[in-house]
Amino acid sequence: MAATLSPVMKAAVIQFPGSNCDTDCEAALKSFPGVEAAIVWHKETSLAGYDAIVLPGGFSYGDYLRCGSIARFSPIMGAVRDAANAGVLVIGICNGFQILCEAGLLPGTLQRNTGLLFRCEHRHLRVENTATPFTSVLHKGQVLDIPIAHGEGNYFADPETLRQIEENGQVVLRYCDASGNVTPEANPNGSLGNIAGICSHGRNVFGLMPHPERVCDPLLGGTDGRGIFQSMIEAVQKAKA
Amino acid sequence: MSNPAITPELIAKHGLTPEEYQKVLDILGREPSFEELGVFSVMWSEHCSYKNSRPELRKFPTTGPSVLVKAGEENAGVIDIGDGWAVAFKIESHNHPSAVEPFQGAATGVGGIIRDIFTMGARPVFLMDSLRFGSIEGDSEQAKTNRRLFAGVVAGIAHYGNCIGLPTVAGEVYFDESYSGNPLVNAFCLGILRHEQIARGAAEGVGNPVFYVGAETGRDGLAGAAFASRELTEESKADRPAVQVGDPFREKLLLEACLELLATDAVAGIQDMGAAGLTCSTCETASRGGTGVEIDIQLVPQRAKGQTPYEVLLSESQERMLVIVKKGKEDIVKRIFEKWDLPYAEIGKVTDDGKMRVRNGSDVVVEIPARSLADDGPLYHREAAPFTPPAQLDLSSVPQADPDAVLPRLLAHPSIASKRWVWRQYDHMVRTGTAVLPGSDAAVFIVREANKILAAATDCNAVYCRLDPTVGARIAVAECARNLACSGAVPLGVTDNLNFGNPHKPENFYQLRAAVEGISEGCRAFGVPVTGGNVSLYNESPAGAIDPTPTISMVGRIDDASHITTQAFKEAGDQVYLLGGTGNELGGSHYLLAIHGRKEGAPPAMDFDKEKAIHAALLGVIRKGLVRSAHDCSEGGLAVAIAESTFGTRCEGHDRDGGLGATIDLGATNDRPDVVLFNETQGRIILSSKASDAASLEKELSASGVPFRKIGEVTANAELSIKTGTNAYAWKVADLQKTFESAIPNLMES
Repeated sequence: MAATLSPVMKAAVIQFPGSNCDTDCEAALKSFPGVEAAIVWHKETSLAGYDAIVLPGGFSYGDYLRCGSIARFSPIMGAVRDAANAGVLVIGICNGFQILCEAGLLPGTLQRNTGLLFRCEHRHLRVENTATPFTSVLHKGQVLDIPIAHGEGNYFADPETLRQIEENGQVVLRYCDASGNVTPEANPNGSLGNIAGICSHGRNVFGLMPHPERVCDPLLGGTDGRGIFQSMIEAVQKAKA
Repeated sequence: MSNPAITPELIAKHGLTPEEYQKVLDILGREPSFEELGVFSVMWSEHCSYKNSRPELRKFPTTGPSVLVKAGEENAGVIDIGDGWAVAFKIESHNHPSAVEPFQGAATGVGGIIRDIFTMGARPVFLMDSLRFGSIEGDSEQAKTNRRLFAGVVAGIAHYGNCIGLPTVAGEVYFDESYSGNPLVNAFCLGILRHEQIARGAAEGVGNPVFYVGAETGRDGLAGAAFASRELTEESKADRPAVQVGDPFREKLLLEACLELLATDAVAGIQDMGAAGLTCSTCETASRGGTGVEIDIQLVPQRAKGQTPYEVLLSESQERMLVIVKKGKEDIVKRIFEKWDLPYAEIGKVTDDGKMRVRNGSDVVVEIPARSLADDGPLYHREAAPFTPPAQLDLSSVPQADPDAVLPRLLAHPSIASKRWVWRQYDHMVRTGTAVLPGSDAAVFIVREANKILAAATDCNAVYCRLDPTVGARIAVAECARNLACSGAVPLGVTDNLNFGNPHKPENFYQLRAAVEGISEGCRAFGVPVTGGNVSLYNESPAGAIDPTPTISMVGRIDDASHITTQAFKEAGDQVYLLGGTGNELGGSHYLLAIHGRKEGAPPAMDFDKEKAIHAALLGVIRKGLVRSAHDCSEGGLAVAIAESTFGTRCEGHDRDGGLGATIDLGATNDRPDVVLFNETQGRIILSSKASDAASLEKELSASGVPFRKIGEVTANAELSIKTGTNAYAWKVADLQKTFESAIPNLMES
């Protein structure tokens, strides 16, 4: 019977020209039993049949202009928007987060890091909201250890937008210290409110600067990224049940 | 636009000597065209022809059972790693471009070495860099310039590597006055491939079409290879147009498109356009294939209108490849390059007349026998100055400095201090394979697709090489092997970057010859081949030649993930051992350099037998699971090595491996404390073991016959205390670590 079982989650990893975490995301997803993951070229126009869509990290179109500002015009983005509106899970990691903001699927924008330099390092994150399809297996206040790698991860939104996303519980992850304290010192890039990840008002679109796919294997320095993908799988299972 | 007449001045401006020009006349049987003069000029530059170094390079051991593609045969050597998998790796310099335009110079250095690797059919998986700058300390104009060069080079490497999505996992950075005005930027790339995927840079199959793929040709990098083969002068800034401009996004597309193309059976040969661009790629592929290649300049995709054939031929525009396609499979190329939105054009064909022929429409502007251009260039046997080995250091002339103060000062010396400021700007985790982050003895990378664990390190102590180049080069090889052993790896192969001054000066040429000798001895001792590399001569600024810098990069294999070992102490109560004895050689040490301002004495001796025995013993106990940390003693000696082991290797805010101290007793001695703590005798390793494993460890090490001694214990209180004879010293680990971590940021962000 095993061969005929449908996958527990079927994920599309969008490959923009210049994506470079696409195969990393694919491998991380496939490390979960029963998960299918496929790389989908940005010139495709349909995402029918996928339970989840991943916009991976990288430098789409070289990011010579504002990060993500060209990728949002890629042919596939129409299908991403339709899927998001239909409630399909969409996660944007790093450059994928930037693209989701540029596409208007998430509020706010990501500016140049305050220190002006690219930063690649492990970071602590505090889980702010577990009532999302991306954090349901985590605990509120839990501290995760997930690396960042970006030059433009400084989250910004106008005061009204910021107030709304805070009130709506859309702030999902914040940079913090090892004990979970959200401090200026724990903020690597100048993000407002130490924001590292936010979700849409409908909860099914999630963007984050840290790279959960990089901590899904104990040999690579940790497994704290697995909870995010596990939550997605459980949400898909629940929706199918 | 008409071409200038060929005059002695024009010939000299092209860097050709009267004798070399005579050789051109002999080969052609006529006066060259302007374009042909340009072609000979770049192809016979040191950068492309190795005319001054080739006789020396032949001394390298380049064969072995694991060698699939030998050094010099193709763009990079290829080594078997088992189960049908292989690695292609190489290091290459971009020193001169980085001196005049650090950001683009370094960026295109990275781009060039990545192309060398995927040209072989390999998927690039990680990068390393070996960098050298003048002193970045103080307020002098020179120090400011050096800081600007350092910041620019690091940003350039980050720009290219991060964007293309390759992790920069290891490297080295040294600061020394000899590099003021002539920094060194050596970039390494490693790729992975199946044996059957090895691609060749040969123009095979007469009648096969020749395709140009990748970025359009512009006027950047005109005759850069010739520029790189001159000394840098005050006027070198005027050569900025000789520096190329990199586009890592284009290269990412080119990489993916080429690998997709190579996975089909459409390709007969492939060659990147690096130094000497279109010129070098056409004549080298023809020479390797024993064929001819004919191209038409007018068919080449061009960025600017009105470029002359001379400019198109000599441009070093980046992100371009030449592909020899099997006739009838042209549509496959078109389909793939259209998918990736990359320019491509059929620009010519393979011929049977052995000529590199370039047309400009109906005019033939270049017609040269390809083989004589690529292989019959000039070859010089330069004169080496006689060398007198340096006298041993007279210790009585060295005042004893107080170790309490010396250790923090050494840890703050930019060459020894933490390079986190550098590697934090590099994405060192993309491709999710980095098992050991930068900052330990060697990088460890898990290649997912091949299910293999690789380790890599790059080393060269140029102070030793300045004092005695043979010994310095031996040590560079041994230190690489030792770093690999400390990470649990056995060496597979070496690539070298020979950075020296003007070879016309006999003392410089001696250094080159002696370093090649030392590297060869080292490679034979460890049983590893040299798989390729790069020579960069004319590294001189108005102040003189750089310290000779034969950079060694070594790649190794780790058999099992449980063998991966890092330098950081792991847990209080672990026992600390010293392999290889306390040593007492202070000549050429960083203690002497940084504290006493003296670059003198004989460098430490290199005993390969002792070194190999220690590596074997270490690997033996690592494989038995008895080792929790291992770290080699290099610049700064024992005290610096032990301090570094207390720091931990994790990133900011993550002291999972840190927060520990150590209590060390080095025992009775007649040597001065500064000698014991800071000497740089080779072949020494600090390792730690669980207390419960200590007896087994000691038994194993005793059986191996290498000198070892228990010297102390890892402690929970974060203090480092070291006793030598009747002298005792103590430091707070937090203070030492702060000094170590903040030294470079303080200099760069002040």
